[in-house]
Amino acid sequence: MTALLEVKNLSRSFGGLVAVKDVNFTLEAGRITALIGPNGAGKTTCFNLVAGSLSPTSGQVFFEGRQINNTSPEIVCRMGIARTFQIVRPMRDMSVLENAMVGAFSWTKSVKEAKSKAYESLERVGLAGKANARTDQLTLPDRKMLETAKALSTRPKLLLLDEVMAGLRPTEAAGVVRVLQTLAEGGLTILLVEHVMRIVMEVASNVVVLHHGAKIAEGNPAAVVADPKVLDSYLGAGFHA
Amino acid sequence: MKRWLAGAMVFVVLTLVGSFADPYLISLMTIVLLFTFLGQSWNLMLGIGGQLSIGHALFVGLGAYSVGVLYVKYGISPWIGLFLGMIIAGSVGAALAWLSFRFEVRGIYFALLTIAAAEFARIMFSGWEFVGAMQGLFFPAPTGEIEFLMLRGGARFYYFVALALAALGIAGTELISRSYLGYVWRAMRDDEPAARALGVRTFRHKILVISVSAAAAAAGGGVLGLVQGSIFPDSIMGMGLSVDVLIGPVVGGLGTTFGPLIGSLTAIPLNHLMSAIGDSLRIPGLNNITYGIVLILVVWFLPVGIWPAIVRLGEAIQAPSKVWLPHLRKAEE
Repeated sequence: MTALLEVKNLSRSFGGLVAVKDVNFTLEAGRITALIGPNGAGKTTCFNLVAGSLSPTSGQVFFEGRQINNTSPEIVCRMGIARTFQIVRPMRDMSVLENAMVGAFSWTKSVKEAKSKAYESLERVGLAGKANARTDQLTLPDRKMLETAKALSTRPKLLLLDEVMAGLRPTEAAGVVRVLQTLAEGGLTILLVEHVMRIVMEVASNVVVLHHGAKIAEGNPAAVVADPKVLDSYLGAGFHA
Repeated sequence: MKRWLAGAMVFVVLTLVGSFADPYLISLMTIVLLFTFLGQSWNLMLGIGGQLSIGHALFVGLGAYSVGVLYVKYGISPWIGLFLGMIIAGSVGAALAWLSFRFEVRGIYFALLTIAAAEFARIMFSGWEFVGAMQGLFFPAPTGEIEFLMLRGGARFYYFVALALAALGIAGTELISRSYLGYVWRAMRDDEPAARALGVRTFRHKILVISVSAAAAAAGGGVLGLVQGSIFPDSIMGMGLSVDVLIGPVVGGLGTTFGPLIGSLTAIPLNHLMSAIGDSLRIPGLNNITYGIVLILVVWFLPVGIWPAIVRLGEAIQAPSKVWLPHLRKAEE
């Protein structure tokens, strides 16, 4: 297995607050990795550091062997890393299909090519039937999938998903899980930031646990949830059996 | 296809107006069409690109002065003046945008910067003897003969020049919004961080849309100067002109292809009508008051503009269920 993304001694502080402290992990190609941790653990900061929305205070991020920290989000995207936002941001006045087309313009100027890529992306997330709908007619799970389709249109090698399951009912989340599994089987590497533990257990092959900005555990989901340090961080010390 | 057909029909009607209307209507419609084009240039920048300018008079003025100085002082064809004006205004727009966005001045602060730049230029041109300073520049009175190479002719000739410009502006906007630029610019307008995350290089696209808009405004300004026959810094580069430019698209429908035409067709004749009524009733300023009230009413009741309201009405007549059912469903929720 080769490492697609490598995070080395990554730190970021905001004034006196250290949000991410000396974090290391690698993402292997074709696998789903989950970044978890209690509220305020630094998950989203870590995510934004990889996506280029923030610059690290120290440390490096390597993508396919090239250093990408301090690179702007649009260039990071053009290198092959696509992200979604926790708060869904569909573009108003544009249909579902048109929303999904924008990402394709990072590699083509042809409207026709963008359209066919957008259809393909929508198909992969199960939204092809709603291509001509307006975005405000979509349900929340559909909007989350539209965010994923928008990201897929950029032809990413690595997909960063920020809480795609937040606010979804279990049956809706199950649908999303199936989509993610299919994407990973197709060779896409995925990094999830996720709160819903049950889903993480189901889809992730590797889990990185952050607490107070530092990595406290890493491994396969079953091993991680049995780790006393992880239980302490979620429930407070002394609650594990 | 239906849109192109509708556009062609409007064009035919306006051609007939130009061929048969009386001189007063011709001169009024010339101004309407010129402000349709200027509004279209402004609309491209805010309605599609998401960048607000309240100093479009800067670019209009640069275009007018390029034509004026070259023609009045050196007898050089306005065609060359238009071309030069577009290059100058496009470069000034790009430089202004580059400086502003380089230092993270954006949104409403960028809009303030456009006012400052326009006022700076107005004051500079007011004191610049070479371009006529406060006394302005005067074009020689038209002989009535049409000289196409010198872009000179009577009122009817300029009506058709303005019509051609408006048609070009509408067709150009339509083509741009259907090209990849239209998609990328609208994405950038709606949410810049989200657009960047999808690989849109927003820094250069913002500069590009402002530069294109500025160059178009300069072309409109060049013709406006020729139509008016004179150029004064206070009128061609003043705040009043910047506001006149944006009235059409705001009233007609921001970001739409036909909005600026509908808006200008509504607002400018209304202003003239009220001004005439005010004169005959001896109520000076009646036009400004009515104008203001009507603008407030339009923004209040049709915040998206007149044209989208017409489109929605048309859709409702053709297929009532499609338009109204989603609304009803939303109401139920």
